[in-house]
Amino acid sequence: MMDFIVTNPLLSALFALVGLSLIFGAILGFASERFKTEGDPITDQICDLLPQTQCGQCGYPGCRPYAEAIASGERINRCPPGGEATIHALANLLDVEPLPLDEEVGQEKPKSYAYIREDECIGCTKCIQACPVDAILGSAKHMHTVITSECTGCDLCVEPCPVDCIDMIEVPVTVNNWHWQNPAKMKDVIATDRGQL
Amino acid sequence: MNSRVFSIPGGVHPPENKRQSLQRPIEFAGIPEQLVIPLSMHIGVPAKPLVTIGDRVLKGQRIATCNGLVSAPLHAPTSGQVTAIEDRPIAHSSGLTAPCIVIDTDGSDTWCERIPMSDWASREPSDIIERIRQAGIAGMGGAGFPSAVKLATDKPIDTLVLNGVECEPYITADQIVMTERADQIMAGIAILQYLLKPQQVLLGIEDNKPEAIAALRAVAPTDVKIVVVPTKYPSGGEKQLIQLLTGREVPSGGLPADVGVICLNIATTIAIHRAIELGEPLISRITTLTGEAFAKPGNVEVLLGTPVTHLLAHGECHDNLVSRLIMGGPMMGFTLADRHVPIVKTSNCILAPTRAELPPPPPAQACIRCGICAEACPASLLPQQLYWFSRAGEHDKLQQHHLFDCIECGACSYSCPSNIPLVQYYRAAKAEIRQAEADARKAEHAKQRFEARQARLQRLEEEKAAQRAARAEAAKKRAEETAVVTAQAATSDPIQAAIERAKAKREGQTSIEANSSVDQVAKLEKRLTAAKIKLASAESAGSDKVPQLQEAVDKLSQQLAEAKANPDAAKAAAMADPVQAAIARAQAKRAGTAEPSNPTDEIAKLEKRLATAKEKLAMAVDSAPDKLAAFQAGVDKLEEKLAAAKAEAGVS
Repeated sequence: MMDFIVTNPLLSALFALVGLSLIFGAILGFASERFKTEGDPITDQICDLLPQTQCGQCGYPGCRPYAEAIASGERINRCPPGGEATIHALANLLDVEPLPLDEEVGQEKPKSYAYIREDECIGCTKCIQACPVDAILGSAKHMHTVITSECTGCDLCVEPCPVDCIDMIEVPVTVNNWHWQNPAKMKDVIATDRGQL
Repeated sequence: MNSRVFSIPGGVHPPENKRQSLQRPIEFAGIPEQLVIPLSMHIGVPAKPLVTIGDRVLKGQRIATCNGLVSAPLHAPTSGQVTAIEDRPIAHSSGLTAPCIVIDTDGSDTWCERIPMSDWASREPSDIIERIRQAGIAGMGGAGFPSAVKLATDKPIDTLVLNGVECEPYITADQIVMTERADQIMAGIAILQYLLKPQQVLLGIEDNKPEAIAALRAVAPTDVKIVVVPTKYPSGGEKQLIQLLTGREVPSGGLPADVGVICLNIATTIAIHRAIELGEPLISRITTLTGEAFAKPGNVEVLLGTPVTHLLAHGECHDNLVSRLIMGGPMMGFTLADRHVPIVKTSNCILAPTRAELPPPPPAQACIRCGICAEACPASLLPQQLYWFSRAGEHDKLQQHHLFDCIECGACSYSCPSNIPLVQYYRAAKAEIRQAEADARKAEHAKQRFEARQARLQRLEEEKAAQRAARAEAAKKRAEETAVVTAQAATSDPIQAAIERAKAKREGQTSIEANSSVDQVAKLEKRLTAAKIKLASAESAGSDKVPQLQEAVDKLSQQLAEAKANPDAAKAAAMADPVQAAIARAQAKRAGTAEPSNPTDEIAKLEKRLATAKEKLAMAVDSAPDKLAAFQAGVDKLEEKLAAAKAEAGVS
């Protein structure tokens, strides 16, 4: 063995390198199979940041398809329900510049929920078929109603209603969901600037 | 008698301003014309009303019940009539309205039946806790957590801490209660000792209340230690007091019970004493009326639900002097948007300062990173960092810096040289984080529902597709079956088959016959040979058919000879075609008729035909005018022929 190495240094070095590359290749191959990541983790992360209203205002049929589109290069400013907060969260995650909300897809609106004026409902079930989260209860020729706690406020049920009996009502501010706001934006001045305020 | 006092980090020393309201003893504020009882005076789920509009209620009667575990019932503070159950402005930082029961008082102040539990020392602790729960007792120090829930802990408790610190400036409600009602406090402590069986009972009190300390020490049993702590804001915070008295630090996000401690406000112990030993639910509390705008500042015993305006009148408040009306103290209180809001279980003070006394906060300036806030923070947080992160909306970093351990005491804002309203930033940030968490929970829920719906729709679609496929398969099968049947029917038709066969045969025959006469000759030779063999065998056997066979052989020999001599004639003869035969016959006939013709017969025949034609022509004039020309032509032709025949006959 030693004799071979001493007599053929070039050949033995070659053998050693080939041997090492085979061993490491085998380890890497095993690791890539053993620790394989299921699905696309970045899509999941993006999807978790989206508001899951499933409203389709972004032009994709739900939040997950939009997450997939973002993962493959779509702009991050097409989610009106998420608004600025979602855009910032996405920009932070993807390390891109936050963009203002695309006016083309809609505007950020206050949170709301659907309300069916039950006297006017004719029981056509069209809104039930439109609801992406099964938040509308009812059956054919019977009055429908919205389970408010399940409603995401996507307003997809408003359009199909043939008698226009669905209203989008803003979630009212009550003692339970009121919260403090940050103080009004102050000017960053120091004591000697006080006269210039 | 003094036990060891530990220390807490941070703290500030704002002017105490407690003397103003200690000039007179506790007074009863009187019964206002109307009481407004909010359904939510405590932390937890709002109570559920038990009365309806128009009901007469007696003092102490339950008017709303617990609506869940962390909830507290409500009782009528005096007798009267329920006139409304509606949204009214309540004592809340938001200034919003909330559901309230409105009682018009009748002034008689008639109690309902009170059932004291005088034998509490022989009762099960759970009975006592249930009585405390039914009395609607919620922490009266400020948070309003239902006491029964706190006392029903299943964790081992070795220390009962009673909070008499009252560190917030201006407020003296607890101080005056400790001075005047020390015996009731001790009665309440006795019940709590029976309930919790703690190894030690520590009553913490600040050293700026000597009268109260003296009063308590006069009545305190030996196992209740009155611990005097140095005056410092915010020693009265629950976690801070526990740390001061026991040296134990409540873990981040944990409860005092996690370190074996239960902490109650001294006013709560009085409420417990009244609920158990007198059978009186929590319907009133002691509230401090103070501030320079009050002509008669002091402490009043006030019925819950009493409008603040009633107390302002009682304390002879000068409306024109009040800069702003604060519920609570100057550090942690909030400005009231509406003077008609009712007093609730946690309202310990109404502060009506003049503008000079409590000027509006000067405009905030830039943070100069002096770090005084970090020194003031009793929770050892980094207020400056929290401030920057709040402004930037960095929720992750806020939580890493333990924003939720902030007790919102206001020590940092108080000490800030730039007058930055730090606590407001933290409150807003906390609310944003809670909101974000709630939104995330809702989003996750919506996602699950959406995915469940998608899965359902897909399943239905697949089922439909499977049904369609099954139907298509069945239809195809049926179609195949009918095709096989018709094919069989077609092939089994014997007539058709016979026609086919005959057709094929005829075609084959004609082609063979048409081929050549050589074949015909060969055929005849073959038949002749066969006939000769038959004849030979018949002769040898001596058959009677020999002459016939001989005749057949002769006939065949003759045919063969003819065929050999004239192949075409043989062919013609061999042809069995009737058409050909008919033609031949017709030709032969014509040749025959052409030769021996009888002119007279001919003329007679023609005359007869002419007569028939003329008859037809006459008929056609009436019935078929369109064919008239054709008949006329026919008649002319026959006349010509007749003339020709007559001429010929005449010639011959």
